Order: sequence, then C-alpha cells, then structure tokens
Amino acid sequence: MAGWVIPVLVSTILLVGLARRVDLLDAFVDGALEGAQMGLRILPFIMAIYVGVGLFQAGGVMDLVAETLAPLAQLLRLPVELFPLMLIRPFSGGAAMGLVADILREHGPDSLVGRTASIMEGSSETTFYVLTVYLGAAGVKRSRYALPLCLLGDLVGFVAAGWAGRTFF
Amino acid sequence: MVNWLWAAMILSGFAMGLVRGAGTSLTQSFFSQAAAGFQTGLQVLIYIMLWFGLSRIAERAGVLELLARCIQPLVRPLFPTVPKGHPAFSAMALNLAANFLGLANAATPFGLKTMQELSRLNPRPGEASQAMITFLALNSAAIGLVPSTAIALRAAAGAANPGDIVVPSIVATAIPLGVVLAVDWVIRQVDPRRPSLPPPRGGRLWRAG
Repeated sequence: MAGWVIPVLVSTILLVGLARRVDLLDAFVDGALEGAQMGLRILPFIMAIYVGVGLFQAGGVMDLVAETLAPLAQLLRLPVELFPLMLIRPFSGGAAMGLVADILREHGPDSLVGRTASIMEGSSETTFYVLTVYLGAAGVKRSRYALPLCLLGDLVGFVAAGWAGRTFF
Repeated sequence: MVNWLWAAMILSGFAMGLVRGAGTSLTQSFFSQAAAGFQTGLQVLIYIMLWFGLSRIAERAGVLELLARCIQPLVRPLFPTVPKGHPAFSAMALNLAANFLGLANAATPFGLKTMQELSRLNPRPGEASQAMITFLALNSAAIGLVPSTAIALRAAAGAANPGDIVVPSIVATAIPLGVVLAVDWVIRQVDPRRPSLPPPRGGRLWRAG
C-alpha cells in the first residue's frame, strides 16, 4: 500500500534539483560524505546497545521486568518491549536508535512491536538534549515549565505511536 | 540516566545469569551481540549516507527556504509576545522547515539563533520566557515529513516496505503537537508572569537599578 512513498519522494527531489539546476551528483556525494560521518558516530551506539540489551535478555532479567511492568503496559496499551526505548529516547538519540535496531531484529520490522518502535523513533525528539543546548544558547538557568511540557509531549507521542501502529496496519 | 540504565542492563544480566549458572552463554552473547551491533550499524550507515546525499540535493535546490516562507505565517499567532517581523520568526521558520525535512544538522544552528533572538526580548534574563517555552515545545514535538533514521533502521532490518511508517509517523507527531500547544496555551492564561504587552524596544531601561 505504501510502496509509492520512497519512489515518489526520491523522484520529486531529483526533479526539483534538475529544475533548479543543482549539480546533482556533486550534491549527493557531498551530503553522503556528511552522512558517513553521522553514521560512524551512531555505529558504536548500536554496538553498545546490542551488548546491553543482549545481556539483559540472556540473563533473564528482561522477562522479569516485562512481568512487573505488564499492568502499566496494559494501561497505556503499549507493548512492554518498548519501555526501555521510551525511557531512553528523551536522553540519547544514539542509544534510542540502537534500541530500535535491536527491537526490529528481535521482533521483525513488520511486526506490530517493530512498526510501533519505528513510529516512536520517527515522531519523538531527544528532549533533554534539545532543552540543554537551546536554553544554554539563550543563557537561561531557570527553565520553568519547559521540561514538564516537553516530556508530556513525548508521553503523548508514545501513546499516539502505539495507537497509530494498531490502526494503520 | 543513560549511563545508569546501560550499566544496569549489563550488570543485572550478568548477575542474574551467573546465579542461574549460564556463564558460558553470557560470555558468548557478550561477543556475538557486539558483532551483530556492528553489522547493523554498518547497514544503517549505508542508508544514512543515501538519505543525506538526497537531502543535500533538496537543500541546494532551495527547498528549505521555500518551506520556511510557508511556515512563517503559521507560527506567528503562537507568539503574541514577539513583535511582527522580528528576526526570531525567520530563524524559527528555518529551524522548523529543517526539522520537517529531517535535516537534523541544519536545524540546530537555526534553533540556536531563534533562542538568541528570543532572549533579546526576554524581560527576565536567566529565566525562560513564554515565547522560548512555546518554541521549545514546538521544536521537540515538531512534525517531520520523512522520519529518515526510522526508515534507515527498517531498511537495514530487511523490512518489506521500509517507508510504510511515514504516514502513521506524521499522524503520531501531529497528536502530541496539538496537545502540547493546547496545554501551553492554558498555562499561559494562568501564568502569573503573563505579559500584557510585548516589551518596547529598549524596554530594559525602564527597570530600576
């Protein structure tokens, strides 16, 4: 059903680039090089998270935690497997990516859990990082209600991602 | 927090596994997980390169500026304390446009510029103004058209259709965006520091001392 998204997107970018006389290959190579740097920064994060989550599961702690959190998961109507992701997402974008990669491997990218994790990744933000950097730039020490407001946004976003995952697929 | 969680995962895994006598399989998964993480990371790197290359084409074609011009009138009503035509608006529009297009690296400088412009209007330096908080809420709940990292991760994991989460992601972002802006509006109405008028130019001279 959604097979058109990527072809249409890529064609649009190329056509707009042609129309505005962009040197397509030069721009692509330049951007891809920057992407390589970003990818290299992310790679160690994914390794670190795989090790962490892997041992968490191998030791049997994951099952224990999943049992404990089951009532809360039922209340929010979210799979228990996504709780580590929700905890880490506001703090570290790299670690969150590692967790999503791990969830996709464990449950499959086309499972409900996998899709919901992907939607969460695509629709949330590294709130603490953004607040620290941006408020620092403005020389602000007292952030007042900024943090609770943004964290509320994250929570609503997670629940909405769960809903979207159930509804769209 | 992340440090703590990461260490807790590994330490609790080792501890509980050792108690259950699974030392060998713990050692095996320690190394095999690192290798698996490396492989996934490498695949993700490939798709990030692909996307960054494409988005640079869009950037050079001027898509960012075009989008920013469309966004600017939409955000103006959200900032009653910022005078019309203030430079904060153009920086803000560019920041939101870059976020919308998934250009995370391009978004940050515009966001910093926005905050600096807003801090010039701040009647209480050192304290977050209402306009700043609204901008932060808008930014952290901001809608992205293309969740590029999620697509890259899905492609690396072998999804049948890595892009099939685009539309649900947009919907799942619009909901918290609406909620956060509504809550922010309510807080402003009851905020004891509600400014009645935007501070006049050079308004700080009015302060005693």
